Amino acid sequence: MKALLFPASIAEFLENHAAFPDALIMAGGTDLLVQLRKTGPDSRPFICLERISELREIQNGSGEIRIGAAAPLAEVVRHPLIAKHLPVLAKAAVTVGGPAIRNMGTIGGNICTASPAGDTLPPLYILGAKLDLVSQNGRRITPIHEFITGPRKTVLAPGELLAQIRIPSADGFAIQHFEKVGRRNALAIAVASLAAMIRFDDHGRIAEARLAWGSLGPCVVRSPEAENRLAGNLLSETILAEAGLLAQKAVSPIDDIRASADYRRKIAGNLLLRIAAP
Amino acid sequence: MKASGTVDTIEPISFTLNGTPTTIRMSPDRRVIDLLREDLGLTGSKEGCGTGECGACTILVDGKPMLACLMLAAQLAGRAVETIESLEETEQGSRLLTAFVGEGAVQCGYCTPGMEMAALGLLRGQPAPDRAAIREGLSGNLCRCTGYVKIIDAVEKAATGEK
Repeated sequence: MKALLFPASIAEFLENHAAFPDALIMAGGTDLLVQLRKTGPDSRPFICLERISELREIQNGSGEIRIGAAAPLAEVVRHPLIAKHLPVLAKAAVTVGGPAIRNMGTIGGNICTASPAGDTLPPLYILGAKLDLVSQNGRRITPIHEFITGPRKTVLAPGELLAQIRIPSADGFAIQHFEKVGRRNALAIAVASLAAMIRFDDHGRIAEARLAWGSLGPCVVRSPEAENRLAGNLLSETILAEAGLLAQKAVSPIDDIRASADYRRKIAGNLLLRIAAP
Repeated sequence: MKASGTVDTIEPISFTLNGTPTTIRMSPDRRVIDLLREDLGLTGSKEGCGTGECGACTILVDGKPMLACLMLAAQLAGRAVETIESLEETEQGSRLLTAFVGEGAVQCGYCTPGMEMAALGLLRGQPAPDRAAIREGLSGNLCRCTGYVKIIDAVEKAATGEK
């Protein structure tokens, strides 16, 4: 038997963590409990985040959207602010698991699990998400690409809590696109995914393209070469195909049970062709 | 994750189970699926994969589909839990049950409780879903008898109230 603690505020979380420094932090439990099932009985207490209401809020302020880290993915998917301003994130979040998993699993959990196949990660990278990390020593803000350092590795320190995700306005991007390739449509781990945001200039040419791939390397893969290839051009299949060749050089996929590295490399480029004009 | 015993005298956990206020004294890390099936004798909810990939253990918590294999007893405190045993008690649930039987949407039956609870959760939020919405609502539930078409037919029938 182990203790489960349910702090009601961030302050209480910090007190609980000080009292039980070896405690495991449980958000939705959809990764943690599966992992513990593999590793066997574990007597460490759990500090559960589900009753901390300030960690579940999604709000707009100071030119950014702030998402509480313990917001369930289902809330992220259906929240009007996300649907309106950050559709690329909603499109990715809705591909995680099935409805029940999304009612339980949280966006902060998806980030802290730091799986190379984490579906919300590619959009969060191109959205320039910053993470508020809170501890007894105060608060620090880390960009997501510095937070995740490898497969299932983050800079989250013991006793530190991912409290909030801050996303700057992305309203200038007429295209916010996400596509995931899996073995089936639902309940599938990504074989590869692409998140893309494209902003156009007054002449209809691409002013800025941001691209990020999931499941194609140890972390989310960016390709400045592919992004730069698109910039300054009209959106066309030809230019997307050219960028796709550059993308294939940027990724470092592996062979695994779900797909071969060759296949993954191929679709890293082909996924770009699915970006439709707005 | 299984707790060593079920009679630990610890802080009671109170919740509503199928409409009835319920208090248990249980190891707080007891999995909800074990609590339901082994301690409370509600064996309608099935355990399939135990890792959140099959949906067989779907229950409603505060009206939302969740997985009993990935929840721990203490998480239920103050929540309203509904299991397949209460399906007939609501009009929507009763219609689902009738439609599953009428459409032949049950083969081996193992996925059925999870399918019906996922469908009930869907209909609560969206009383008249189209087939695409039904497929999405049931997308977390696997059927290995490949009976999806009839299951979707059944949910559609239950939603429209068609006999």
